[in-house]
Amino acid sequence: MFVYFSKRLLGAIPVLVVVAGIVFALMQFAPGDAVSMLISDEASEADKARIREAWGLHRPPVVQFLNFLAKAAQGDFGMSFRYREPVMEIVLARLPATVELAMAATLVAVLVGIPLGVLAGARPGSIWDSLASTFSFAGISMPNFWMGILLILLFAGHWHILPSGGREPWGLGLDRITGFLLLDALLQGRGDAFAAALKHLALPAIVLGTNMMGIITQLTRASVQEALHEDFVMTARAKGLSAARVLWRHAFRNALIGVVTIIGLEFGALLSGAMIVETVFAWPGIGSLLVQGISSRDYPLIIGLVLVYTTIFILVNLLIDLAYTIIDPRIRIR
Amino acid sequence: MPEQLLSLRNLTVAFGPSAKAVVHDLSLDLYRGEILTLVGESGSGKSVMVKAVMRLIDHQGGRITGGQILLHSPGKAPLDLVRQSERQLRGVRGARIAMIFQDPMTSLNPVMTVGAQLVEAIRQHRPHEEQTAKARAVAMLEKVRMTDPMRRFDQFPHELSGGMRQRVMIAMALVCEPDILIADEPTTALDVTVQAEILHLIRSLQRQTGMGVLFITHDMGVVAEIADRVAVMLKGRIVEEGPAARVFDQPAHEYTQRLLAAAPKFREADARPGAAPPQAAPVLSVSHLSARFPVRSGLLRRHTANLHAVEDVSFDLHSGETVAVIGESGCGKSSLAKCLLRLVTAQEGRALLGGKDILSLSGPELRLARNDIQMVFQDPYAALDPRMSVRQILVEPLRIRGLHCSPEASDGSLSALIARVGLPTDSLDRYPHQFSGGQRQRICIARAFVLRPKVLIADEPVSALDVAVQEQVLAVLERLTKEEGMGLLFISHDMAVVERIADRILVMYRGGLVEQGPAAQVLARPAHPYTRRLLEAVPVSHPGRRFARAPASGVTSAPVYPIGASPPLPMWDKVSSEHRVRRWEDAP
Repeated sequence: MFVYFSKRLLGAIPVLVVVAGIVFALMQFAPGDAVSMLISDEASEADKARIREAWGLHRPPVVQFLNFLAKAAQGDFGMSFRYREPVMEIVLARLPATVELAMAATLVAVLVGIPLGVLAGARPGSIWDSLASTFSFAGISMPNFWMGILLILLFAGHWHILPSGGREPWGLGLDRITGFLLLDALLQGRGDAFAAALKHLALPAIVLGTNMMGIITQLTRASVQEALHEDFVMTARAKGLSAARVLWRHAFRNALIGVVTIIGLEFGALLSGAMIVETVFAWPGIGSLLVQGISSRDYPLIIGLVLVYTTIFILVNLLIDLAYTIIDPRIRIR
Repeated sequence: MPEQLLSLRNLTVAFGPSAKAVVHDLSLDLYRGEILTLVGESGSGKSVMVKAVMRLIDHQGGRITGGQILLHSPGKAPLDLVRQSERQLRGVRGARIAMIFQDPMTSLNPVMTVGAQLVEAIRQHRPHEEQTAKARAVAMLEKVRMTDPMRRFDQFPHELSGGMRQRVMIAMALVCEPDILIADEPTTALDVTVQAEILHLIRSLQRQTGMGVLFITHDMGVVAEIADRVAVMLKGRIVEEGPAARVFDQPAHEYTQRLLAAAPKFREADARPGAAPPQAAPVLSVSHLSARFPVRSGLLRRHTANLHAVEDVSFDLHSGETVAVIGESGCGKSSLAKCLLRLVTAQEGRALLGGKDILSLSGPELRLARNDIQMVFQDPYAALDPRMSVRQILVEPLRIRGLHCSPEASDGSLSALIARVGLPTDSLDRYPHQFSGGQRQRICIARAFVLRPKVLIADEPVSALDVAVQEQVLAVLERLTKEEGMGLLFISHDMAVVERIADRILVMYRGGLVEQGPAAQVLARPAHPYTRRLLEAVPVSHPGRRFARAPASGVTSAPVYPIGASPPLPMWDKVSSEHRVRRWEDAP
């Protein structure tokens, strides 16, 4: 098992190099000049050339890229043009916020989507089924930004129950241990901070999770319906098992394989959705950081962020592969 | 008077919004200590009827629209299952009536261990036996004669063979000691030797427990092997019912007579006149053909061993001759066919077809050679593209060879072709779904035959068909072989079918040939222990011919050897001038 994981992680390195190469090439073709971020437009050509040299931008792109790789191998991903700080420091400081948001959104999607899908699949044509269809299609078709604004208007603007943005109120005074606020609040026994963090997390997590929830509901419904027509379900019924047991223990576990796959794939969509949601809710994560980085041509920051995204995606899919082996004994890790 | 267990009274089962009845006004009684077989062809409604008994049909869109299903208990008024709630039915399912199904591959939950599935049944009906549930499950596995029951308890279904899975199904059904066992074609998906083992097991368990067994089958041979009483079902009605011997000796209904007449009778028909030993050069000459598949293992998925699917197989096929390859699943007979069609790459050997080695051809030459060797597959439902008309299906092979404007593709010759395989004359512009299984198989034969091949390979071409239809398809194949001088390589596990059609027989066991010779000689005087075991397992054709036997089980799968290791070279002994048997060391 350990060897398998090490192998998979080593296999991720070439992927990261290729991804970095693609992003680097795209930035070369993008219009505009990075130097404009580093020095005022009114600066003299000589000053600009000096800056260029100082940041290594005067070299041919291929050399720049190879330099970047060589340094990255030692853990140095360069300096952000805008913040003038090491890229990885900025990214890692904001990473927990996005991970917390993405996990909360996935939790919302799974906790609502799977039970709804199973009920709809078990009773096609019932009220649960119509409810699931309505819910999931709304979730799939509603754009994140629109739903975000709508919920802010209702919950923050109209009813004043939930905050309209940010991750924590001013002056919460919670020490960072892990960077995950909910976890840090629990570790320090701060019930008030936990409640405050949860309130801030609620709206963005719901908005980010609805799309995935819709897809999970639809897929669970279809998989459960299919599984209920399998021969072994007939066997289970012939044993005299209750309908609930047949559904959850026999049909659902077999339906879960496809659902888990889609959770892994959708996690990628979730990360890109997070960029929008983080912007709408002023969430201090890496999604809004990337949006800022792109608008300010902060190339080192962009590459660093894209590599972090890629790594998260690879890790999540590794976890999914692990989940397969737990769900289905026919799948074995080699 | 034996104790009545179950009575069906005027049962009617219907499907769909129009309430189309599939089972009509059916009445039947099952007594303690008997095996009642319900026999009928596919679509006769027998499966629907038995699923209705446990009200499982409710979950498949069926409805009981009339009649009673009375479950008797000593000293109590009978319980009408038609009027029970789902909750009450759960107390009956698995506890009073248990069921085993046709396909053991799909009837067990793949994600639960064998033990968990057994214990679940015990827990459902005997909640107070929580502590002893595991012991009880293991004891039950032992009772169905599973080797090493403690280990099987923790295994998953995919780790077991088909026969073992069916034993697990039986164990699961009987673990709560039901009075009634319903077996829905429990041996249809199994090899013939495994079928013999399972029939023997059901019979002996029934004797031990005295339960009543309702056994559904389409195979008169299985009926002859196991039935005490027989009920014959046709179009949702029972047309004849009686003691097994009486039904076989004096079938009263015309349909029963037809079923019995169509049933294959193995080793009873007058021996076919053995074809004269052919003098001409063979159309297909296979020598030392081997096909191996890599077995990978270890962390780096290294190629460490080979599965010898086909090992050192040599034989000749002459024009106008039918050679049957017999053996059980996994013995390599389908891999052999795939090698000859170049669907699988053979590692060694030659196969001369019209003087050319088809195993070494490539490009245009291979395409040309493929005109001469064609194939008919087992499942006529899966082998035809549902969106192509019969005309398109028949013209496609011609078009691939650029012959679609040739006279062969004209209406006249296509009509002549479908007439030869016995299809109605207006078939050309119809689609596969408009035909029955037997007719579809004729379309497949016509498609294979449209290029006038020298060799036709038929892989279990009648296994998916009802017995009455089997005979017609075999007749078509036989006629084409003899009239056109085609060589037919006929792959089958069904001895009665092989006896009916084969001139010569090749017996395949674990990848290699173990016996070959003229059909009559091999069937009458099998020399290899495996051939004998195979032939003994064939169901008898009359209840009176049953004989007590405890079938021996054995491996049939292809052997795995490490890289570089080569299996021992086969040594052949002569039984007679044409009949040869491979020397063996220990009984398989």
